[in-house]
Amino acid sequence: MVFDPELAEIRFGCGLSPSISPLASREAMLARLQGPDRAAEQFPIAGTETILASVSDFARLRKLRRTKAGSSEAKQAEKDFKRFRRKHLQQRDLWFRQLLLRHVTTQDSFRERLTLFWADHFTAKGKNRAMQPLAYGYIESAIRPNISSRFEDLLIAAVTNPLMLHYLDQFRSRGENSALNKRQGGRGGLNENLAREVLELHTLGLEGPYDQADVRQLAELFTGLSYRVNKGFLFDEGMAEPGAETVLGRVYGGAEAELEPVLQALRDLARHPATADHIAWKLAVHFTKDQPAPELVAALSAAYRDSDGDLAQVYDVLLNHELSWEPELGNVKPPFDYMASACRGLGVDPAHLTGWKPKQMRQNFIAPLRLMGQAWQSPVGPDGWEEADAAWITPQGLSARLRWAMAAPRRLVEALPDPTDFAGHCLGSRANPWVMFVASAAETRAEAIGLVLSSPAFQRR
Amino acid sequence: MTLSRRKFLTRSGLLGCSLAASPLITPVSLAAAPWDQRLVVIILRGGMDGLDVIRPYGDPGFAGLRPGLAAQTGLDLDGYFAMHPELAPLMPLWRQEELGFVQAVSTPYRDRRSHFDGQDLLEAGTLGLGERRDGWLNRLLQLQSGVAARTAFAIGHGDLQLLHGAAPVSDWSPDADLALSPQAEHLAGLLMQEDPLFSEALSEALALSRSDGEERITGAAGSDSAEGAMGGMMEMPRATRGKAHLKLAEFAAKQLRGDTRIASFSLNGWDTHSNQKRSIGAALKRLSGCIWALKRGVGRSVWGKTAVVAMTEFGRTVRENGTGGTDHGTGGAMVLAGGAIRGGRVYGRWPGLEEAALYNRRDLMPTGDVREVTAWIMRGLTGTRQSDLEQQVFPGLQMNQDPGFLR
Repeated sequence: MVFDPELAEIRFGCGLSPSISPLASREAMLARLQGPDRAAEQFPIAGTETILASVSDFARLRKLRRTKAGSSEAKQAEKDFKRFRRKHLQQRDLWFRQLLLRHVTTQDSFRERLTLFWADHFTAKGKNRAMQPLAYGYIESAIRPNISSRFEDLLIAAVTNPLMLHYLDQFRSRGENSALNKRQGGRGGLNENLAREVLELHTLGLEGPYDQADVRQLAELFTGLSYRVNKGFLFDEGMAEPGAETVLGRVYGGAEAELEPVLQALRDLARHPATADHIAWKLAVHFTKDQPAPELVAALSAAYRDSDGDLAQVYDVLLNHELSWEPELGNVKPPFDYMASACRGLGVDPAHLTGWKPKQMRQNFIAPLRLMGQAWQSPVGPDGWEEADAAWITPQGLSARLRWAMAAPRRLVEALPDPTDFAGHCLGSRANPWVMFVASAAETRAEAIGLVLSSPAFQRR
Repeated sequence: MTLSRRKFLTRSGLLGCSLAASPLITPVSLAAAPWDQRLVVIILRGGMDGLDVIRPYGDPGFAGLRPGLAAQTGLDLDGYFAMHPELAPLMPLWRQEELGFVQAVSTPYRDRRSHFDGQDLLEAGTLGLGERRDGWLNRLLQLQSGVAARTAFAIGHGDLQLLHGAAPVSDWSPDADLALSPQAEHLAGLLMQEDPLFSEALSEALALSRSDGEERITGAAGSDSAEGAMGGMMEMPRATRGKAHLKLAEFAAKQLRGDTRIASFSLNGWDTHSNQKRSIGAALKRLSGCIWALKRGVGRSVWGKTAVVAMTEFGRTVRENGTGGTDHGTGGAMVLAGGAIRGGRVYGRWPGLEEAALYNRRDLMPTGDVREVTAWIMRGLTGTRQSDLEQQVFPGLQMNQDPGFLR
């Protein structure tokens, strides 16, 4: 099977660039994943711990504002809190820039795609302003370092991250017979949210072999998973339901509430054949098309099972399977990938964006993303962003893409490139005669560039 | 293969003929809608203070609980309840019995009082969180036959989870208008002609952009910047500010005059923790503006079969707080309007405001379910079976007696 570096960069990477040549082989793509994470070194984003410290300051200043209310220091406390809150929230815009620049400049672009894929598989977001910036730290600490590990390591890292415990209400779930509940006269209770999503979304899948009793038992087993803003993850024995729980017929834990049985249950779920099928299906959908070839899904699932969920081996099969390389472009790029690949195709210079203020980042990227249907880091539910092409190419979504494509490029580069050169750079051999004609026939350079970026040949991968 | 300009012109001439008959150019023709009545659902995000909107001034406890907020006299409705003064423009509708309210209602959401979860539950229409991924209004559509994409419209940029799901729904925002130069429009059509997903979305986007009847801006007259004006180029897409809410309602009305039967949009700005007098006043002005825009926009005959239902994720604390506002609570109110509504009355069972009657001694006790009110209205408008409403649309809901919200 001949390797097509251009298609590899389009389908499995961040898109073609005028200055970065695509990797020459599958082996090189896989080897990069095992090498150092250069993009993260070059464009750092804070991790969970750092951002939690900022959340902690946020909470302290908010409390100060409340306690000082009505006193002579009230005004100052109010000012301090608001200033800090602005800074706390604006960090996100600057990290967005780092993320974008990773996509624009990397040679290891399969890593960026896998990071987005797994961040979406394990969707988590802050439910209040204090916690919102943590989405970046969660991906940086829990997801990104584990994308080529065993799936169980990724699962454990995601499920025990404070953001996930916050998002799916695990931190307030307590056993009916837990020490804390008894002390407080049964005020709290079990919350099944995380347990349900771990089974339905993260591991076995909606069609998986579990029932409500398993959800309930797993929720009881999960009690104790918690975090503190100033300490990070912790297992809080006082909240844990005493006694053993049975999930999918296996018994976990005993009289003592401990973390280890929880982790064992997660490992067992990760190695379940239904999880292999579920993950295989999702990868095939994401990297090929909405209705992927069953043979490809079966091959991925087999690789997963044979290796106990070693993701590097699953990717190896993905990149080496004939059905991953059908020449016709398939999936529509989701809005962020669309924007990032446009910036990469334009050869945006990182120095050009360095001086941009948070507000400029919001106006030029975050706000248009929302109009394209992707409110950044805020998908509606824990099932994350849609994979279906039709979810993105709606009249409203397409309109926003066209408008962004015509308006943004002139702000992103010093001078707009020659449109036919540009079409060649960002589409390679997929610059079909229609695209080339349109690039030459538009009335202005900005329209020509916008139209090239609007072509299905650029929007699909 | 390369195309010379000359060759292109010949080919595009031919294409032009066939395109004229294709969906790229002609607006999509629509199947007849499954029913005739119109439903507009407005989500009031942030937690509307039902006690300030429909003030129970006849309750002996009311004035004492809200010394600041209740100081200004409301517009008397029935000798017990009074409307917030900012709703004065809606008084004629009240008199014509085209405006009504439901007091002391809520979703099944309790205790945590988070906007995020409260809105999720309001739109999921379930008893608890995480039970369903689709929204109740989409599930209503799933039960009907003859539903086309334009039967229901999700309007605006916010997520309208209540319309998410398997049934087709159109989404559009008046400020999503695509204003391409004629040449760019033509070229975009060419680029997308062989990809039906793209070409259909493009033709629909262009048709919708034209349909609101405003002068289209091709860059030159933009409000954005001198940059746009000088370059004659498009503006960065962004959500409009100012009177955007009226545009939402006008767009909804325009669609409802045609084959659209359901429209939904959100109005924000109800989270009135401080200086509520000012903030809720502005929000109510937007709400009454929207109701009027809908009434005017659909015209008399369609208004006669229209029900507007406005709902919120929760009500607010019965006591005014220290900053002239109110905090997140439980029981709240709904606003009903339209020619199909049997208005001129305040529905709901009033629980009273004495401390023992409150929920958790702080919130208005909900005596009714927002879902039940909505279910009865939808039953009347669409003829959907009660069992379907109780099991599919709002799983686990019990519809007791029809209070007769419709004429």
